[in-house]
Amino acid sequence: MYEQVEGSRAVALAVARCRPKVIAAYPITPQTHIVEALGAMVKAGELAGCEFLTVESEFASMSASLGACAVGARAYTATASQGLLYMAEVLYNVSGLGLPVVLTVANRAIGAPINIWNDQSDSMSQRDCGWVQLYADDNQAAVDLHVVAFRLAESLSLPVMVCVDGFVLTHAIEPIEVPGQEQVDAFLPPFTPRQVLDPDHPVTIGAMVGPEAFTEVRAISHRTLLRAADVFDELTERYAQLTGHRLSAVSPYRAEHARTVLLTIGSVTGTAHELADELAAEGRDVGVVSLTLFRPFPVAALRDALHGAAEVIVLERAFAPGAGGVITPDVRAALTGLPITVRTVIAGLGGRPVTKDSLRTVLDDAAAGRLEDLRFLDLHEDVVDAALAAGGLS
Amino acid sequence: MTQTAKFYQVGSRAVGNRLLPLDQRTEQANPERRNALTSGHRACQGCGEALAARYVLDAAAHAVGGRLVTVNATGCLEVFSTPYPESAWQLPWLHSVFANAASVASGVAAGLRTTGRGDIRVLAQGGDGGTVDIGFACLSGMFERNDDVLYVCYDNQAYMNTGVQRSGATPGGARTATTEAVGAEPGNLFGIGKDAARIAIAHDIPYVATATVAELHDLEAKVRKAMSIRGARYLHVLVPCPLGWGSATSETVRLARLAQRSGLFPVIEAEGGVVTSALPIRGRVPVEEYLRPQRRYAHLFRGEGRPDLVARVQRLADQNIVRYGLLDEES
Ligand SMILES: Cc1ncc(C[n+]2csc(CCOP(=O)(O)OP(=O)(O)O)c2C)c(N)n1
Ligand code: SF4
Repeated sequence: MYEQVEGSRAVALAVARCRPKVIAAYPITPQTHIVEALGAMVKAGELAGCEFLTVESEFASMSASLGACAVGARAYTATASQGLLYMAEVLYNVSGLGLPVVLTVANRAIGAPINIWNDQSDSMSQRDCGWVQLYADDNQAAVDLHVVAFRLAESLSLPVMVCVDGFVLTHAIEPIEVPGQEQVDAFLPPFTPRQVLDPDHPVTIGAMVGPEAFTEVRAISHRTLLRAADVFDELTERYAQLTGHRLSAVSPYRAEHARTVLLTIGSVTGTAHELADELAAEGRDVGVVSLTLFRPFPVAALRDALHGAAEVIVLERAFAPGAGGVITPDVRAALTGLPITVRTVIAGLGGRPVTKDSLRTVLDDAAAGRLEDLRFLDLHEDVVDAALAAGGLS
Repeated sequence: MTQTAKFYQVGSRAVGNRLLPLDQRTEQANPERRNALTSGHRACQGCGEALAARYVLDAAAHAVGGRLVTVNATGCLEVFSTPYPESAWQLPWLHSVFANAASVASGVAAGLRTTGRGDIRVLAQGGDGGTVDIGFACLSGMFERNDDVLYVCYDNQAYMNTGVQRSGATPGGARTATTEAVGAEPGNLFGIGKDAARIAIAHDIPYVATATVAELHDLEAKVRKAMSIRGARYLHVLVPCPLGWGSATSETVRLARLAQRSGLFPVIEAEGGVVTSALPIRGRVPVEEYLRPQRRYAHLFRGEGRPDLVARVQRLADQNIVRYGLLDEES
């Protein structure tokens, strides 16, 4: 049943139906509505057998989640931006220990300058922390991805991060269908941990590993993480059968015959779809391919979706200073050997809206051969030049 | 053949095992003991931390019928006990990172409760650096929420695992690798100190205690008491470190005793924010007697020495004696 509901509330409901046992919470905008809603549910007794820990930092929320998971309790927490960086050390630890914690990141820029608005610098900065990373195109996907995330995490004993664009999705009120309790129960069995701290069968978790085995440990993590791509496909298929809601690691839209394709990640996908529709009505073929699965990187699916294109424009919501795009190098590697030009457009940093008009300019420039390898969308060049000149750097 | 032992060290629970009836001996005399930290680990000879951990964990495991899970911060204890693929631990043991043992333990406790195993108890442990410095926020949060965890700090008064650098628990005047014995104020500066036990008491948690490896009966009794209570509990144990202190490996226990007898390390107990007991000092010694055998204080006695600095250390000891009335019962 579709209901008019805020994205955060819908995510909270979906998480609640996954029957978590321990939820650790620490406030940061724009994630706060999610844990607030969950806290209210726990307090009202609607989430039987679940504890809500109000900890003193994100470092602690991820640590408590780790501890709960290590004794076999389904653990969930959420954060954004500075909070994600504050838990960074523990993120690597959770994946290294193979603990299936599920985390929502309500994507937000990282300071300085401090900025509470949306971009994906936070989760992208944790690209290599060994977690599965899923990005929601819209709030329906945000809800569905959370249910899939718990199952995916627990079947591979790997942590999963569900990235949901802050404000744009978390604070948007729209019709969303949260799968019913019976559907979720049918999809997500109770958590059976791989390894658990148990006095009857004492194990040592978190030993020190030296040069003689560390590379092997990393190789094992890599292979396990790669497996997540196939398991994600299997699970989303089953999930679609149960709920009618379809998810896909890579989603092409009008991309089959398009020479130019916009590669998107997150909520900007909707804008890109609308633009593609408008351009199609004008007789211009521009495709959109959106990435839901970012780690592991879905090389085969992406190659498949893009193989017919001549030019791929990667619309990045994060930025690697001194280099350029964060996703672009992965895309280039995935397309190795294909005659495809890959360009980067850095868009929507710190909450700047990504409009159809601006994207249309990019596509016009691309068609006219004027698009650089790296462009900042809607950059006020004059401001940058003046500031650099004032600093003696121009 | 029970025979009541004569406590030749009156006012102390440190008395030779063999003089006591079976039920009063330490857990280490119990052939059924858990042996939580087996021999063969890689601690230095004479390591006070290894000694304390064995006593603490065996006593805790006994007190809760073996239903115990341990969380360990990064540090010497973690490193010397688990070089992969070996492990010296005979109980379920989890190490995450340096600063988060208290928070991980909070999560473990919540996870155990919500999966229907609330009978299993949680003990977190770390060095003084992991406790009073980098892990302090997590520890304070665990106290403030009154999470059902016993946190044990093994205080060797510096970051030993990384090569003896200063921590917030390093005493004034002590030489460490980051507070060398050079300049006008050699060794660690005399700050106002960070007394973790008193800060723990200020959280009004159900139980706080300090102990040393010189008083093993006392240490065990405090662990047993701590495990009989639910909620947040804190135990701070002084553990001499021959490597970091520059002391003979045979001196570990004696130095711990001198620390207590000089007044520098008060051995106390507090419940619900109120100090309920303090181990009286028998045979008080001047701090010099405690400082001299340690190379980390050698600069205080070389040549003309630094009687001014020794006097400052003495003042700290005197302050403790007054604060807890350590000489009230005898003197
Ligand atoms: C975040 C972080 N910073 C620094 C370190 C390096 N480090 C590992 S153990 C340690 C010292 C531990 O000292 P303490 O907690 O006093 O325990 P001890 O080794 O003395 O028993 C340090 C600084 C680390 N592992 N993690
Ligand atoms: S350095 Fe000190 S604390 Fe570490 S193992 Fe050696 S004696 Fe023990």
